[in-house]
Amino acid sequence: MVDPSKIVKTSEAPEKPVASPKKLVAGALFGLIFGFLLQKGGVGKFHILIGQLLLQDWTVVKIMLTAIVVGMPGIFLLHHFAKVNLHIKPTKIAANVIGGLIFGVGFALIGYCPGTAAAALGQGNWDALFGMAGLVAGSWVFAEMSGFLKKTVDKWGAKGKILLPDLVHVSRGAFVVGFVLVVTTGLFLLQRAFPR
Amino acid sequence: MRKPRGAFLIITVITLAPMALANAAEMAVDARNYPGPAWSPYLVGAAIGVLSWLTFYFSDKPIGASSFYAQLSGFIGKLFSKRRTESLPYFKENPPKVGWEFVFVITTIIGGAIAAVTGGEFTGQWLPAMWVDRFGEGTLVLRGVVGFAGGMLLAIGARMAGGCTSGHGISGALQLNVASWIAVICFFIGGVAAAMLLYRA
Repeated sequence: MVDPSKIVKTSEAPEKPVASPKKLVAGALFGLIFGFLLQKGGVGKFHILIGQLLLQDWTVVKIMLTAIVVGMPGIFLLHHFAKVNLHIKPTKIAANVIGGLIFGVGFALIGYCPGTAAAALGQGNWDALFGMAGLVAGSWVFAEMSGFLKKTVDKWGAKGKILLPDLVHVSRGAFVVGFVLVVTTGLFLLQRAFPR
Repeated sequence: MRKPRGAFLIITVITLAPMALANAAEMAVDARNYPGPAWSPYLVGAAIGVLSWLTFYFSDKPIGASSFYAQLSGFIGKLFSKRRTESLPYFKENPPKVGWEFVFVITTIIGGAIAAVTGGEFTGQWLPAMWVDRFGEGTLVLRGVVGFAGGMLLAIGARMAGGCTSGHGISGALQLNVASWIAVICFFIGGVAAAMLLYRA
């Protein structure tokens, strides 16, 4: 097992205001595919996103759990063979919970999330622009609060970079195998209960 | 390491509450009366999983969307007041730049457009049908105000939590990051509760 904090590939220096053309072309291509997939998956549609929050349409959860179950073994295998870095954000329980709940309320109000708003705009749902304008404004409000939050909420329940297997003291490989089995079974049951 | 276990128990209990609420309250509209997705969610989900291998391997980046809006906000802020923008702790640590995440979201819009046009699903509308059925025709101002406020909360929440439905919900969750699982569960608790209040009959 590679140490999660060990860096096997070096990122470019963050000081430059514009990234290298090669990096930008890759980002553009991956974004194009991501937007295409989101729209085909129906998650650019307002009613499918709100339908998930009303627990009527389970498309969003099906897409997310399938992406997790497919992505996870690949990423951990690549990391095991030192081909990729993990990108773990530190756990800050209070900030994760409070921020998460605020995000959820915002999601219910606009009916799109930051990524699906982009796909929704692409498919001609012009109302996504209201949410995107709000996202830009809200980012500024957050930046204004960032000094205060760093001194307060960010410190409450700060646990550092931890993974679920660390909590239960199981090896990462075994945890991934178990997790994939449980979630796959869950998806089968979910499909039976909610065909859509 | 005893404390997180209690936190997980509490989160599980709170997750079940909206489910109970769902059965108790009738909703004014049903999402299943509107068109479903063009492709199977399992096909799309699997493809996004594979896409995440590619972004990690070729770009050393997890898929994520919310930081784009923060960078755009920083650029606009610099136009008005460079000094103020550069003094804010968030922008000190994350100087706005046209980077991978920035072009990624720009082309997400284009990818959505290509998929919609080629699939005959391009809408070109200001108000979604389900919104109209719930709140009525001619509610563009309401939609604008509610949508803008919703967008603001999305950004504040995502920045506090450290990511959005993409960054935490997919990329962080697939790395088994504890922060991401806490965040994504809270996204749904907050979202389900608020949506049920808004769309109740």
